[in-house]
Amino acid sequence: MRITSPAFKENARLALADPQLQQALGNVRSGFIDKRETAVDALPEFEALRDSARAIKDHALQNLDLYLEAYEAKVLASGGHVHWAETAEDARNIILGICRSAGARTVTKGKSMITEEIALNEFLEENGIRPVETDLVEYIIQLRREHPSHIIAPAVHVTQAQVEADFRRVHDHLPVARDLSEPEALLGEARRVLRSKYFEADVGITGANFLVAETGSSVIVTNEGNGDLTQILGKVHVVVASIEKIVPTLEDTAQILRVLARSATGQDMSVYTTVSTGPRRWGDPDGPAEYHVVIIDNGRSAMLGSDFQDMLRCIRCGACMNHCPVYHAVGGHAYGWVYPGPMGAVLTPSLVGVDKAGHLPNASTFCGRCESVCPMKIPLPRMMRHWREREFERALNPAAARYGLKAWAFLARRPALYQAVTATGMRLLSLLGGRKRRLSWLPLGGSWTKHREFPAPEGSTFLRQMKARARP
Amino acid sequence: MSPRDAILAKVRAALKTEAGDDARRRKIMARLRKAPAGVIPARGQLPPAERTELFCQMAEKLFASVHRLKRHDEVPKAVAAYLRARNLPAAVRMGEDPRLEAMPWDGLRAFSVRRGASDGDDDAGVSYAFAGIAETGTVVMLSGADNPSTINFLPEHHIVVVDAASIQGDLESAIAGVRTHFGRGRMPRTVNLISGPSRSGDIEQKLVLGAHGPRALHLIVVG
Ligand code: SF4
Repeated sequence: MRITSPAFKENARLALADPQLQQALGNVRSGFIDKRETAVDALPEFEALRDSARAIKDHALQNLDLYLEAYEAKVLASGGHVHWAETAEDARNIILGICRSAGARTVTKGKSMITEEIALNEFLEENGIRPVETDLVEYIIQLRREHPSHIIAPAVHVTQAQVEADFRRVHDHLPVARDLSEPEALLGEARRVLRSKYFEADVGITGANFLVAETGSSVIVTNEGNGDLTQILGKVHVVVASIEKIVPTLEDTAQILRVLARSATGQDMSVYTTVSTGPRRWGDPDGPAEYHVVIIDNGRSAMLGSDFQDMLRCIRCGACMNHCPVYHAVGGHAYGWVYPGPMGAVLTPSLVGVDKAGHLPNASTFCGRCESVCPMKIPLPRMMRHWREREFERALNPAAARYGLKAWAFLARRPALYQAVTATGMRLLSLLGGRKRRLSWLPLGGSWTKHREFPAPEGSTFLRQMKARARP
Repeated sequence: MSPRDAILAKVRAALKTEAGDDARRRKIMARLRKAPAGVIPARGQLPPAERTELFCQMAEKLFASVHRLKRHDEVPKAVAAYLRARNLPAAVRMGEDPRLEAMPWDGLRAFSVRRGASDGDDDAGVSYAFAGIAETGTVVMLSGADNPSTINFLPEHHIVVVDAASIQGDLESAIAGVRTHFGRGRMPRTVNLISGPSRSGDIEQKLVLGAHGPRALHLIVVG
């Protein structure tokens, strides 16, 4: 997928002016937040589970080499194949190779962010293999030739009316007069269209929420059941997962599952949690004949041991974006790559480079809600700050911002001068405020005052007031 | 260097550790063997009767329907009644689970039982759960000839028999059960933890039951 993160400002401006998007984003603001809160309040152990989940992931990351080896040994012992990919390109070629040797024309896919990250669909299409997304909304996204705008609700930016229009356009073999006014009808139609695809597909590709070292299992979590049909009905099941998905045991998986569904959709447990180990066994009447795991690094190992290691605890629940005022305003596409919201603002520069991620670490009000709801207690604001520092060090931010910051730093280091300048500035602004006591235009702050007035300062500066009060 | 070794080398360099760190390896292997339990919610820690009660309540909250029976030989009649009440054909798909085969299906009139994996043409399927989990109203299904996984997903109506005695308080106890059954570190091809019928909330966040999996999940709790 082409990265448009450097155009974040322009993307955001367009998003703010898009009425349909703004209507759809209203659903994020209300739905997700209340549901999460209700589920969290109903479980007294939730905070303790967060700490437990965080400790498990930290432990797994700290010993990732050994757990990867243990996991691999178990997959092989259960009759599966393990492939290692250092880069996205390696991963694409490995997957294409598996599809080719299975003689695949069509592959079905369960929802997976990692296959978005490695831009698998475009690549398979270029090579004559048709990928079919089976998750209802991924399917809609694919019909629209768009990319997900949310990691767990990829079409949250699409309205029901738009879905209806897409279905009428693409399912043109169905009667024109059919009623598609209710979500039930839309879902039913997608279900029927996709049913046959599962049986036609030679290869089923899924991601993994967890790779379990103890048993060599991959775990997926869905509500629709599409991931399961994808992996049971394909002749070959390919699991695509990045290295940090490793957890030690099934018990550890259980701990993290408890915080995952609650943080994501406010469910105690997603409808289907599926643990898959190896291919079909002797005597099994169903299941894939081959089981492959493609383990991808693509930048993760470079995050280990760095300021950004904590980000590797992320379980892709989406809570941070559901609670983010910036995401609420501009939606996921403005972020310009696969991962939106606060987690994307941290992860995108780590994976594609801070020079290509542009303004993302600045797409934050630092209100701290993301960190407070993150089930894995990832210090997202702190890491965005780290990126801002690196952006500054490498002179990647605009000249005006750099000079402004430098001037401010010069003053801040000289308290007497700072006080003199701010006191003069204040008097000046106060004068400009006139009788209205408000400014409709601010020097150097024109874009701020374009949408609201600035209250004129009154009285003396904070420091002077403090000094005055400190006197006995 | 193979891609595998290259990735592992990068990971080790980042973690500042060595491949031959035997003390660390022993610790990791011991943790894998011990599989320590973490925080277990108090919610499911109940005596058996109340645990079964909680299981049923939680499942109903997820829009599963629940029917409680005293004896196993009552199951076929209950299945037939369920189908009749929904105007469905008197036919089910099921695997070779001996506990299902021991039930008096022959006693039903004009009722057909199709054996084996589902081919997608079944309106209703019957499976036997390995366990239930009271904490979340979840059933634990194991793949294999006894209860083929396709039956969990393809029929519109999935009817699951759950022994009350198999209902555990929490997810960890159910995992321990699977481990005892198959042996440490060994697993069936698929373990499906199922909590309610399939659903989607993705079109403008409106909840619709029956996405790709069953539209209805009917639990028959015996005992
Ligand atoms: S950063 Fe935290 S809240 Fe955001 S998706 Fe990852 S785990 Fe969830």
